[in-house]
Amino acid sequence: MCEPAKYLPVGDKALLVEFGNAIEITINRKVLALCNAVLRSKPLGVEECIPTYRSLLIYYDPWKVKYEQLVFQIKGIEQRLDELVSQMKRRTVTVPTVYGGVYGPDLSYVAEYHYLTEEEVIRIHSEKEYVVYMIGFIAGFPYLEQVADEISTPRLETPRLKVPAGSVGIAEKQTGIYSMESPGGWRLIGRTPLKIFDPSWPQPALLRPGDKVRFKPISGEEFEAIKNAVLRNTYSPVIKEE
Amino acid sequence: MSRVKVFRIIKPGLFTTVQDLGRCGLQRYGVPVSGAMDAFSMIAANLLVLNQSGYACLEITLLGPELEVLNNTQIAITGADLSPTLNGQSLTMWRTLNVSKGGIISFGETRAGCRAYLAVAGGINVPVVLGSRSTFVRGVFGGYEGRPLKTWDVIEASEPPSHFKAKLSMPEDLIPHYENKLTVNVVLGPQADVFTDKGIETFLSSTYTVTTEADRMGYRLEGPVIEHKVSPSIISDAIPPGAVQVPGDGLPIIMMVDAQTTGGYAKIAVVTTPDLSRLGQVKPNDTVCFSGISMGQARLRLLEYRKILRLMETRVLQG
Repeated sequence: MCEPAKYLPVGDKALLVEFGNAIEITINRKVLALCNAVLRSKPLGVEECIPTYRSLLIYYDPWKVKYEQLVFQIKGIEQRLDELVSQMKRRTVTVPTVYGGVYGPDLSYVAEYHYLTEEEVIRIHSEKEYVVYMIGFIAGFPYLEQVADEISTPRLETPRLKVPAGSVGIAEKQTGIYSMESPGGWRLIGRTPLKIFDPSWPQPALLRPGDKVRFKPISGEEFEAIKNAVLRNTYSPVIKEE
Repeated sequence: MSRVKVFRIIKPGLFTTVQDLGRCGLQRYGVPVSGAMDAFSMIAANLLVLNQSGYACLEITLLGPELEVLNNTQIAITGADLSPTLNGQSLTMWRTLNVSKGGIISFGETRAGCRAYLAVAGGINVPVVLGSRSTFVRGVFGGYEGRPLKTWDVIEASEPPSHFKAKLSMPEDLIPHYENKLTVNVVLGPQADVFTDKGIETFLSSTYTVTTEADRMGYRLEGPVIEHKVSPSIISDAIPPGAVQVPGDGLPIIMMVDAQTTGGYAKIAVVTTPDLSRLGQVKPNDTVCFSGISMGQARLRLLEYRKILRLMETRVLQG
């Protein structure tokens, strides 16, 4: 059996449950299973749960429940964690992406850096499925599984002032999708027409922790067609439930 | 609910936004809490015009705006003393004020604190985005078009259920006094073990100065360097408002209500909820000291703080 979780107080109204100290799928699955179970069973006083790579932050109302009581209840759920993990469903979300050109101005740099052709970089980036470990930063940024070593590339020396929403980038071994227009130093290899974040949605982030993301190479024409459909709210993202 | 135009912005001031008590339950989607930096003062302002505590107000930072009153209404101004005036006559803070159509509300020098709250009867009416009317400027959503106010913006209020009958004031002993030196209570952790004993000692015994990099996202502090054992980095996890993170340069940053929801610097401690409101009144060049208390003590203080909020309500309404 693996070691039990660590329970740590955070300020005056939150509890951190830590499962190990590594970025690993098995650890992340436990975090997500616990998060789901807590949100479902809503122990008295629990207000909000934030799952990250290897820990779950649980906000509670100390007026309604004491720290020690909450720890006791969460430990009860932790007992059943293996079973909960095995019941978890996984979604695979297809993220259509146009690589290179104006959409991915750093694709040629990434190819040259690794003595690959642009087509090889596209193949390597799009043939892997990336697990979403967590959603965070600002505005629903997905923290994805790492890219293959063959295309891992350092950040720009000077970040761009404006990176368009939907840009797909690489920073060292990380890959990710800009959820909104912002400054940024990642090497941009492509762009998706999908909305990753929209504050008008009740659940404002397209991706959820635990999802798998598959980047599907598309053409510039397809990008524009999907983008128009997204703007008219007539496009449904391709999401496969396990 | 019917709406009424209450203010036209003549000058927007340094940074004036619409805020309520913030967004709840959305940090797991990467949506920061936002809301009033000094929740205590905002709740008080709402109370003084008979609003519910979570109604949206103007949060006014250091240099206040100039507002033309478009319809007779009642307001209350709390928080920082930014020398508010109505038609050039100075206004008393922490009480109900009647303002008439055509009046000009403006602000002058900063006498104490950093952020004033202006509540208007009925509450400011902007669209609710993700359950709140708070402005999140970096995300460009919420509040008034997701941005600070500009000249010519027109602010609307919801029609109050009772017509301007409030005549309330805050008892003198409940009005906070803002000094340039603040000591805040913190609970050590969740990553205090990343720091040496000496580092923790430095953190708890030193005086830190707030730099000019201080806004709704966070305050960078200057002062003695806090020593890490090895590396300042952790595997990115959730950042609650009030978290004190210490990057590689050893200088603490207090994360405030608009901070990103996740990050990878070790958090040496987290500021307690009542003191987070006090921190909302801190400005560049003010100093901050950290006093470590146990989680149990912090809980008692939080319960005490809630009692004070209830007591405030009772005493204000009873006159």
